[in-house]
Amino acid sequence: MSSTFTLGIIGGALTLIVLFEMLRRQRLREKYAVIWILVVGISVLLAVFPRLLTGAAALLGVQVPANLLFFGAIMLLLIISIQLSYEIGRLEERTRTLAEEVALLRLTIEQLPVHDLPRPQDGLEDDRDAGEAGPGR
Amino acid sequence: MPERPDQRILVVIPAWNEAKVIASTIAEVLAARPDVDLLVVDDGSGDETAVAAEGAGALVARLPYNLGVGGAMRTGYRYAIREGYDVVVQIDADGQHDPHYLTELVRGLDDADVVVGARFAGAGTYQASGPRRWAMWLLARVLSRLAGVRLTDVTSGFRAANRRAVTVFADHYPAEYLGDTVESLVIALRTGCTVRQLPVEMRPRTVGQASQSPFRATLYLARAVVALGLALVRRWPAATETLGQEKA
Repeated sequence: MSSTFTLGIIGGALTLIVLFEMLRRQRLREKYAVIWILVVGISVLLAVFPRLLTGAAALLGVQVPANLLFFGAIMLLLIISIQLSYEIGRLEERTRTLAEEVALLRLTIEQLPVHDLPRPQDGLEDDRDAGEAGPGR
Repeated sequence: MPERPDQRILVVIPAWNEAKVIASTIAEVLAARPDVDLLVVDDGSGDETAVAAEGAGALVARLPYNLGVGGAMRTGYRYAIREGYDVVVQIDADGQHDPHYLTELVRGLDDADVVVGARFAGAGTYQASGPRRWAMWLLARVLSRLAGVRLTDVTSGFRAANRRAVTVFADHYPAEYLGDTVESLVIALRTGCTVRQLPVEMRPRTVGQASQSPFRATLYLARAVVALGLALVRRWPAATETLGQEKA
C-alpha cells in the first residue's frame, strides 16, 4: 500500500462525509455538490489506479506525472472559481434589483393616505433602526 | 419656462451621507423650479439624510443598503417610469450643481435625448491635472466620437434625460464604478439616443473634495480605461433578468 493510495482514500472519504453532511443539513445545494463529488471520484480513481495517471502523462508527453495532476487540479479549481464569481455577480445583480424595488415599495407605502389610522409605521421605523445598527455600517 | 408646460419633471438626487447639505440643495432646486417633483434616493446612509430630505419637502426612497450612484439612479428612473414623468434630471446632493441651469438643461431635450451639464465647455474655471486630466481627455475623446458631437465632461453627474432615455436607463443603469456616468452614456448612444452637452459652471463642493493624489488619479485613469473599454465591447443589451419590466 503506497502512501498515495492511503492519502487518496482518506482524503476522498473525508470530503464525501463533509459533503454528505452539508447536503443533509441543507447547507449545500445539489448543483454545487455534484462537481465536488466528481472531483472526489476522480481523485480516488487515481489513487487506486496510479497507472491511469502515469499512462496519461506518457500519452501527453509530460515527463513527471505529478505535474499533469497539478495542472489538471489547478485548471479545475480555476474554472470552479470563475463559475462561482459568475454566480456571485448574478446574485449581486438580483439583490440590487430587490433593494431598488424595496425602496420604491416603501416609498409607495409611505405615500398611502393612512395617516389618520393608528400607524403601523412604528414597526417599520424599528426595522430601519435595527438595520442601521447592524453589521456592515 | 418649460417648452411644454404639461411636461412633468422629476429631479432625482442620489444621496449618501449628505445630511448636512441635502436640505439646502433641495431648497435651492425648489426655489429655482417650484414646479418640479423631487426624489431623493437615500443610498443606505448611516446619518439623517432621509429625514433631512423629507423635512425639506422631497420624496425619499430609502435603499436598504449602499448600492452606489448607479443603483440610486436606476431606482429614480424606475420611479419616474412608474409615475409617468416625462423628464428626469439628476443633480448631485453636495450642492456643486447650480439648479439655475435646470431649465436650460431641460430645454436642451428638445433636440436630444440626454443633455449633460459639462464643465470645461466654456463656463467656469474647473481645472484638473496629471493622470486625472488624461483620463478625462480620453473619455471625452472617445465619447465625443460615439456621440458625433464634442463632449467635454462625460463624468458629470448633472444631466437630464427624456422619456426615451429614461426607459433605457430604468432597465440598464450600471452599478459599477464609472458605470453611472461613462457607461450609461455609452448605453444611451448604443441604443440610439442622442447626447448633447450644455456648458455649466460648477461650484466647489460644499463638503469634501475630489481626490487629487497622483496615486488615486492614476488608479482613476486605469479604471476609466477599463470601464470605457468594457462599455464599448460589451454585448448589448446586457443579459439582465429584469429586462423589460419597466413598461410605462
